[in-house]
Amino acid sequence: MLNFSKINILLIYLIFLFISFFSILNFQNEKDPLINKKVNLGLDLQGGSYLLLEIDSDPLIQEKIQSKVIPLKKLLKKNNLNYSNFTINKKDLIFSLNDVEKFKLLLFSKKDNFLNPYIDKYNSFELDLEILENNNVRVLFSKYGLLTINNSALKQSIEIVRRRIDDVGTKEPTILQRGDKRILVELPGLKNPERIKNLLGQTAQLNFRLVADNEEFGVDQLISENGEELNVSKRIVMSGENLIDAQPNFNNQSNQPTVSFTLDRLGAQKFGRTTTDNVGKRLAIVLDGKIVSAPSINEPITSGSGMISGNFSFQEATDLALLLRSGALPTPLDVVEERTVGPDLGEDSIKSGLTSLIIGFILVILFMIYKYKIFGLVANLALIANLIMLVGVLTILEATLTLPGIAGIILTVGMAVDANVLIFERIKEELKTEKSIVHAFDIGYSKAKITVLDANITTLIAAVILFAFGSGPVKGFAITLGIGIITTLYSAYFLARHLTSMIVLKKKEGEINL
Amino acid sequence: MNRNINFSAKFKLANILSLFIFIVSILFILFKGLNYGIDFKGGTLIELRSDNTNVNTSEIRTSLNSMSLGDVNVKEFGKKGDFLIKVEAKAGNNNELIPEIKKTLINNLNAEISFRRVENVGPKVSSELLQSGIIAISLSLAAMLFYIWIRFEWQFSIGSIVALFHDVIITIGIFSILSLEINLSIIAAVLTIVGYSMNDTVVIYDRIRENLNKYTQLNISETANLSINETLSRTIITSVTTMLALLSIYILGGEILRGFSFAMILGVLIGTYSSIFVAAPVLKFFKVSYKTLEKKEEKIVP
Repeated sequence: MLNFSKINILLIYLIFLFISFFSILNFQNEKDPLINKKVNLGLDLQGGSYLLLEIDSDPLIQEKIQSKVIPLKKLLKKNNLNYSNFTINKKDLIFSLNDVEKFKLLLFSKKDNFLNPYIDKYNSFELDLEILENNNVRVLFSKYGLLTINNSALKQSIEIVRRRIDDVGTKEPTILQRGDKRILVELPGLKNPERIKNLLGQTAQLNFRLVADNEEFGVDQLISENGEELNVSKRIVMSGENLIDAQPNFNNQSNQPTVSFTLDRLGAQKFGRTTTDNVGKRLAIVLDGKIVSAPSINEPITSGSGMISGNFSFQEATDLALLLRSGALPTPLDVVEERTVGPDLGEDSIKSGLTSLIIGFILVILFMIYKYKIFGLVANLALIANLIMLVGVLTILEATLTLPGIAGIILTVGMAVDANVLIFERIKEELKTEKSIVHAFDIGYSKAKITVLDANITTLIAAVILFAFGSGPVKGFAITLGIGIITTLYSAYFLARHLTSMIVLKKKEGEINL
Repeated sequence: MNRNINFSAKFKLANILSLFIFIVSILFILFKGLNYGIDFKGGTLIELRSDNTNVNTSEIRTSLNSMSLGDVNVKEFGKKGDFLIKVEAKAGNNNELIPEIKKTLINNLNAEISFRRVENVGPKVSSELLQSGIIAISLSLAAMLFYIWIRFEWQFSIGSIVALFHDVIITIGIFSILSLEINLSIIAAVLTIVGYSMNDTVVIYDRIRENLNKYTQLNISETANLSINETLSRTIITSVTTMLALLSIYILGGEILRGFSFAMILGVLIGTYSSIFVAAPVLKFFKVSYKTLEKKEEKIVP
């Protein structure tokens, strides 16, 4: 175990130097990096906001099932099926039929089925049919139909969340899907997430609807911006989808903040037609079920652009314009978890983390020298090499360093010497019975090998499980602990062993003092 | 160092003591319960710093009283003028809650306030976090059981698991007794304790296995005793270096890491104790001898 071939030695130090090289990258000039790799600081160290958003797909499912009503009724009429007691619920449609079997065939036909499309990906139809007693049937979304709705809503939500956050202009945001209902948002450096939360908390579904007392589609009673109770037609003249741009602006006459918008071709046509036909009436601008304003139509607007005025501040106008530009969320988002760390706490954490690392390191180093003299020095060199390699691996992986991650490094310092302690203690025992010192070192290393491996693998298992189940900062701890174990094994079994062999082989018998 | 301490003579006494503390811990966990932090209970946490060090906890409490927030917990946190406020989780949407609390504090306290940390965990997320924490700990115990079972005999596997349960339950029990907060970082600490304690146990087991083959005339008590003594200086040195690192985190690492490092310190002490006084006696209980090892040896050596 003490004989190294030249190639071996070369390899051992080459690997060490290669990995160590990466740890230096963290100290290079930020503006002109040689290789753009570094350890990232977690939100708990650099400050920032972590938000976990959850989509609520129930309103969307309700909307989707309602949209099935008209095509369904058309299909029934076309095929001379008589229905009665048609009820629309939140998640299903229930009605009674004269010929259930015929309906079943129609609903599950694969040819030109617009009502119930077949989803090839899942080999399933979008809708399911349940046959209840007395010729009653229940039409509802199938498991895969729901999954499709949910997935597309989530994808769309992520896109819109990204647009809104980019529009606000925070630096390096992270936006990721988490599971099948959640979106993770990390905003480094953000001190106050209220504005972002506010922006993400609104679906921003914009509708233009006429104010009317009686309408064939029915009316909603909504409160206007100045407290008036208005009847607003359920018919949507035009929605936010037709918007191509929106910008905050000032009204020339009143100097009030407003939002000016530009419509696409289709939107401009619709808007032009409606305003032409309804001069003198009022048009309500409804955002998420609330009236922003309900101005009177003074003249036809055919230019394809318009202006929304309301009682808002310039900031509110800016945010409204941003929301309209980015598009509507398909369904509301809830903030289910939020963690914000101020930059001063982050700085304090770095400071105290580093202080305890340095002090812990010095204490361990002193103790090892006291305990093992020259071989303590070997163990300490291995420990320093270990730390440099640990930082190097973290850099290669571009891992995120968190406060618990720093604790993991300190713990590695404390536990890393264990490998060398195991080996040295074993050698001491061998020295009692073995006459040849070289031989004692040799046996010591090979006998301790299995124990060192066994002992470290158990900690590695704990670190891997922690990595799989931990979240955020705790994951950072698992990373440093896990990598620390691997670099520990390398430094103890290759670096320290080679250093030891140089000392042992050079010194004469009897001069070794462990 | 030539120690020869008769550990096996103290096994019985140690086991009675361990059993007693173990049962007390379980009783506390069951009846007094655990002081879950917002990670596992849901709720809102606000850490603030006031430039006026005369502000005290009751002032903060009074200023929040008007908001009828339910259970509000205010305590000093590290430096003077630093406070930690915890508000119970409320049903429904909490989006408006945090800005309102901030506003109330800014208006009512006669000081410049900076909000250093704000955390809000919804009830659904907190129950998921608790669940995944429990799964992680159980899974790590199962993984250790499996690993030792592959590397050693089943008797060793059971011994190490008994020792691990002992360590985990007593550590959590002490947290219950002292009403210390259980949060995500404590789960991390418990998992690391599992790893550390296992590490310690493996070193001693490894030596017991070796000595069983080497000194076939010794019984398990004597072998265990010999092995513990042989590895004792390593056990102590490693505990000391780990403890030096942990104490450094505990004292200098700041408030956020205090609970974590305290749990680890407890765990290292208990884990070191258990690998000597719990894991080894289990082998004695199963009357492990060199014959136990024979079957396995045959399988490995062709």
